[in-house]
Amino acid sequence: MATKHDGARFSHNDSNVVVIIGSGAGGGTLANELAQKGVDVVVLEAGAHNTQADFKTEEWDAFKLLSWLDPRTTSGSWRVAHDFPALPAWICKTVGGTTTHWAGASLRIQPHEFKARTTYGALDGASLLDWPLTREELDPYYDRAEKKMGVTRTNGWPGLPGNNNFKVMFAGATKVGYRECNTGHMAINSVNRDGRSHCYQRGFCFQGCRFGAKWSTLYTEIPKAQATGHMELRPSSHVARIEHDAHGKVNAVLYYDANGKLQRQKARVVAVAGNSIETPRLLLASASDRYPQGLANSSDQVGRNYMRHTTGSVYAVFDKPVEMYKGTTMAGIIEDEARFDSKRGFAGGYHMETISLGLPFYAAFLNPGAWGADFTKAIDAYPNTAGMWIVGEDMPRASNRITLNSNVKDQYGLPVANVHFDDHSNDEAMREHGFKQGTAVYEAAGASTVYRVPPYPSTHNLGTARMSARAEDGVCNSFGQTHDIPNLFISDGSQFTTGAAENPTLTIVTLAIRQADYIASQMSRRQI
Amino acid sequence: MEGKTIGIALDRRDEDAPPMRVPLTRRELLKGSGILFGTLALSSTLAMFAPSRAWALELQHLDAHQGAVLLAMVKQIYPHKTLDDAVYAIAVKDLDAKAQKDPATRKQIADGVRALDAKAPDGDWTRQTARIQASDVSAIAGTPFFETIRSTAVVSLYSNPLAYRHFGYGASEGDGGYLFKGFNNLAWLPDPPEQDSGPVPAA
Repeated sequence: MATKHDGARFSHNDSNVVVIIGSGAGGGTLANELAQKGVDVVVLEAGAHNTQADFKTEEWDAFKLLSWLDPRTTSGSWRVAHDFPALPAWICKTVGGTTTHWAGASLRIQPHEFKARTTYGALDGASLLDWPLTREELDPYYDRAEKKMGVTRTNGWPGLPGNNNFKVMFAGATKVGYRECNTGHMAINSVNRDGRSHCYQRGFCFQGCRFGAKWSTLYTEIPKAQATGHMELRPSSHVARIEHDAHGKVNAVLYYDANGKLQRQKARVVAVAGNSIETPRLLLASASDRYPQGLANSSDQVGRNYMRHTTGSVYAVFDKPVEMYKGTTMAGIIEDEARFDSKRGFAGGYHMETISLGLPFYAAFLNPGAWGADFTKAIDAYPNTAGMWIVGEDMPRASNRITLNSNVKDQYGLPVANVHFDDHSNDEAMREHGFKQGTAVYEAAGASTVYRVPPYPSTHNLGTARMSARAEDGVCNSFGQTHDIPNLFISDGSQFTTGAAENPTLTIVTLAIRQADYIASQMSRRQI
Repeated sequence: MEGKTIGIALDRRDEDAPPMRVPLTRRELLKGSGILFGTLALSSTLAMFAPSRAWALELQHLDAHQGAVLLAMVKQIYPHKTLDDAVYAIAVKDLDAKAQKDPATRKQIADGVRALDAKAPDGDWTRQTARIQASDVSAIAGTPFFETIRSTAVVSLYSNPLAYRHFGYGASEGDGGYLFKGFNNLAWLPDPPEQDSGPVPAA
């Protein structure tokens, strides 16, 4: 991996290339899978090419280096709109996308979750749908994704050793009777493999893994793709519009290059992997005479059904030190509540996963806007604090959506994305249950004080160009191919029909591997 | 937010102090519009680590009195019994930088400080008792001036090496990893069984 390879160079007029927009879990993986098959690929990444050497330990510095900080707006009754009105999502704008920042949890979506509408029934105010895919169909691709990413507890790789934060979670989980608590399935090397070292327990998973033990497309898929000679990476390239020909097929991408100059890259196929906020923004912004509602939007589903997982955190203070910041951020997972069990008063399930924040972000996120003696008491107890994150399935809603906000423009003068979200009553019931169970876990381990912490800006952004069996229910088919335009693909979490209770990256990678097989075979058969 | 170096100038008076690790700024060289001075308490956990117990903060746009009022106000917003003024001063430094960058913020701060002073019988809010200061700060909670001070302070107070020492956060000390430096040294709970945790790599 250390070998530098600049990759291929393709002409702007080369109309035979696959253009991939975004270099994260979806885009970066798709690029490598296609390049390995000899398909020529141009990757346009809005962010700069920061490397492992550029990563910071200071939380605010790392945040500024890696995050998507272009303006966005928010609306709706969710608390994020109040606490972080200009920052609905905590995701990245850098080569590697949010795989630089993710914590590594890699869980397969459960079989029943692919059939959410059938399993949960019709819920008022929710636009539930079954996926046009089953777990059985996806399992062979999950196998390939886990092998690629080095997921612990698969393929004979051991689990990661648990840190202090995990010990606290495990002790409490055991006492309340949970049976499925361990150091999780993590795309973090527990042994040296694939030219990358094992984890040294730095604790800066969110700030970028300097050792490269955590899988990120930045130092796996992208250099591997470049080494084939079939992939060109263009960092600092912000796509403004996708164009189409007289037959309605996409044929070029307009983007601002690193110098702010507008460029047109011709394309045979376009795959959009800009995360669930930028992907629909781009489809909507590409409206034309032929497609007045935006590309691939005859169903009016582009931007709708935005999901962000039902989240919340529980932090607990103990009499003795924990030092949660030492070691992996997501050091352990409780899976018992991920099951479907309507007796709990809500559909879907959730996971409890350890989380840790450094002092700067603990202060920023504990209770945004808070001050005074109650707040400082919590900060004073920082070293004795343990933490967990609740991550569960939220309900898709047609009214939760990404739209273009023409009143606010970004640095290129383009309308920004507005993110509208209202919690469904199911989400609220689940969060409440999670808070109670998280509290029970920590009290069983001896906590003296427990804090319920509201959701952070969203990292799991899903569903805004969802796959559906019927064209009128969604935007793309089970391969991410848009129903309306056969050579336009959705390659990120926007494809998710429902959110499921699992951290989405493994499934995004899995779908990208499957999509690459499909695109390559369609290309060789001249179908696209 | 920058947080890489301690953003306060240190003035050496103690001949026995350990060698300076930050550039010495002589008082006579401080050219700003105001200077805040202080001395680290002997009991402060930071006294062991600072090159000198005396500290000075040079302000560019606020005067010394404004700086002193803001420092007192930040102490009321985020009251930590044993946190040294040197750390609170970092919040004042960042407010000074914001005042320098933005005339509207400068005016907001000047007006806010004046309003607090006006509540004090002798026109100097810093001489009010802590109890009165606390109630004055409560009374303006949520105002734009208060939010400017609070939202700056919540970042600056907790994002600097002095705070990391004080509150017990490893920060950049963890850059090499805690694998052989206590990532699992918690001994007051039982160790999870092998199948639920995982082996520690040999090297």
